[in-house]
Amino acid sequence: MNTVISPRQDPTARSFLELRDLKIHFPTDDGVVKSVDGLTFSLERGKTLGIVGESGSGKSVSSLGILGIYHRGNAKVSGEIWLDGQELVGASPETVRGLRGKRMAMIFQDPLSAMHPYYTVGDQIIEAYRVHHKVSKKVARKHAIDLLARVGIPQPDRRVDDYPHQFSGGMRQRAMIAMALSCDPELLIADEPTTALDVTVQAQILDLMRDLQQEFNSALIIITHDLGVTAELADDVLVMYGGKCIEYGTATEIFENPEHPYTWGLLGSMPRLDQPVTERLLPIKGTPPSLINVPSGCAFHPRCAFDGRTDGASDTVVPELQLTGTSGHRVRCHMPAHVRQQIWLNEIKPTLEGTGGLAVADMSALPSASEEHSEETA
Amino acid sequence: MVTFFIRRTIGAALMLFVVSISTFLIFFGLPRLAGATPETFAARYLSRTADAHAQQVFAEKLGFYDPLWLQYWNWIKAVFVGTDYDYGTGIEHCAAPCFGYSFRTNHAVWDDLVDRLPVTVSLTVGASILWLLTGVAVGVLSALRKGSFFDRAAMTGALAGVSLPPYFTGLMFLYFFSYQFDLTAPGGTYVNFTDDPGEWAYSLILPWITLAMLNAAAYARFTRAGMLDTMGEDFIRTARAKGLHERVVVTKHGLRAALTPIITIFGLDVGLLLGGAILTESTFGLKGLGYFAIDAINKQDFPQIMGVTMFAAFFVVVANLIVDMLYAVVDPRVRLS
Repeated sequence: MNTVISPRQDPTARSFLELRDLKIHFPTDDGVVKSVDGLTFSLERGKTLGIVGESGSGKSVSSLGILGIYHRGNAKVSGEIWLDGQELVGASPETVRGLRGKRMAMIFQDPLSAMHPYYTVGDQIIEAYRVHHKVSKKVARKHAIDLLARVGIPQPDRRVDDYPHQFSGGMRQRAMIAMALSCDPELLIADEPTTALDVTVQAQILDLMRDLQQEFNSALIIITHDLGVTAELADDVLVMYGGKCIEYGTATEIFENPEHPYTWGLLGSMPRLDQPVTERLLPIKGTPPSLINVPSGCAFHPRCAFDGRTDGASDTVVPELQLTGTSGHRVRCHMPAHVRQQIWLNEIKPTLEGTGGLAVADMSALPSASEEHSEETA
Repeated sequence: MVTFFIRRTIGAALMLFVVSISTFLIFFGLPRLAGATPETFAARYLSRTADAHAQQVFAEKLGFYDPLWLQYWNWIKAVFVGTDYDYGTGIEHCAAPCFGYSFRTNHAVWDDLVDRLPVTVSLTVGASILWLLTGVAVGVLSALRKGSFFDRAAMTGALAGVSLPPYFTGLMFLYFFSYQFDLTAPGGTYVNFTDDPGEWAYSLILPWITLAMLNAAAYARFTRAGMLDTMGEDFIRTARAKGLHERVVVTKHGLRAALTPIITIFGLDVGLLLGGAILTESTFGLKGLGYFAIDAINKQDFPQIMGVTMFAAFFVVVANLIVDMLYAVVDPRVRLS
């Protein structure tokens, strides 16, 4: 597992951010919660990785793991995280703290609860800047006002003294982004950055993030359950399920030739505006697995419509993340590549495009397992 | 912000008004329903041998024949502007704030209350500082080391502290520290702070600890619960993601938010105690307001009871008011509403 895998590049060169077999487990009284179970990927500056999955799939925990925000006494972390040549899992908490906010920063989902209600927006940005830069309050305040202006907040010199509850949702998210950008981080992780916002504001925030990424040339990780957001921003896509990566490839590959039944399910439950509206959305039946009691074999098999086509391997053997095709596309599935591709082309793709409904008919219309408003177990 | 303060102040004044009416009705309205007559009210001021005529004369002088609302009005008026009492032997002026005179001692109630106040204030201030500091410190440490030996020991201790009444802990302390080891004052003594600060503290240290133990335990539990809640908040995660030192995360971000509800209970507790810490004062023989209240109730000295009730209510209402205002200062979200 020590070879760098990335759908994009020469595997021998070291990337800006590399995760190698990252595992974050939480031993509890009920058993070990395997929130992240062997995650490997790499990311260059200027590129965007979309991590997609339902709630409880380990997306948020892995991003918090990169930042080193987990309960030290509680979590068992193994594997490697390399940020620009520096290993973070084995580094001292103080070292990681020094990088946090400075070289890697995070934008959180709900900016109202993610900002401290008792301090002004300006104070919180100033605080973020002054931890890592020894400057006077006045200089930091000027910097905060500049940042607020940069993220598109009108009258930043006045709004800087407002409290978070005095901002609208979209403004708060902008302020949150300003805070994350305060030290020009090279790695920016956005955890569901638009989930709490309404659709028109979502588009603005996504535009803003794309602009800022280009301006700062940072590596961006977007964590989301919303494939639309991923399609909008990501260069690469990593699909997580039950703490593991189950499909990983360039955005084009994932959207054009997805090979994992779970990815098909995600695509089928996504509203499309570029296709004629034909039928109901197709939810993935069942619920995400408990991370304490991950199903044996392939974690997805209890919900998989193609469970029967693996000769029983799916409920006993954990499938490997194997290369498929030529462009670095990897899939964790027991079905042989040609079977998967055939199913995709003949059974799934036509349904998604609204020209027929054959194989997906057995994906019943149970209550949606998508996670619109549920919280991430971080 | 200013309108908020004004509104709350008016609210507090209204609350005191309601308390005064209730108190008055309890002592002068309800007894009438139970068959009390103006003469029996007057009889309380007179010796047992006084005849019916004397009672009537006195009832007339004290205004017990007036309608209830007028009696209430006179009572309240006396509090604000003072009044004159005509005892027949001469007119006595009772300066504002006048709560009348004791049945038994003929002392002005207000003067007695003011006499007792320093004892209660000394007890309250010392104990409240003690319990706030220890309670919050223990609570924070327990929350940060949740499940540790320290946490378990502290919370068990807190449970014991909450459960043990001050007359038990107080007596235990007195027995061991004062009588066995001869370390502290034996109780029943009080020295003014201005006379001798050392003696003052020496005579109060055991009551402080007794009273503080009770509340510190409660505060440790409140703080622990509050800190556990707060440290799980999203903004704490944000603070960590900014790369702040854990110390700053805990104090500036965690404790600041967790302490807000503590301010509320603290204000109310202090207000309540200023009206008299009855159990602790009785245990240690401190002649404070609590002791005064118990004494007045035992002797059925109505003017004294009413005076101490209004006094205590005043402290609670004012404490409430201060808490409300502090809240607005501490939590910017309150200022809008």
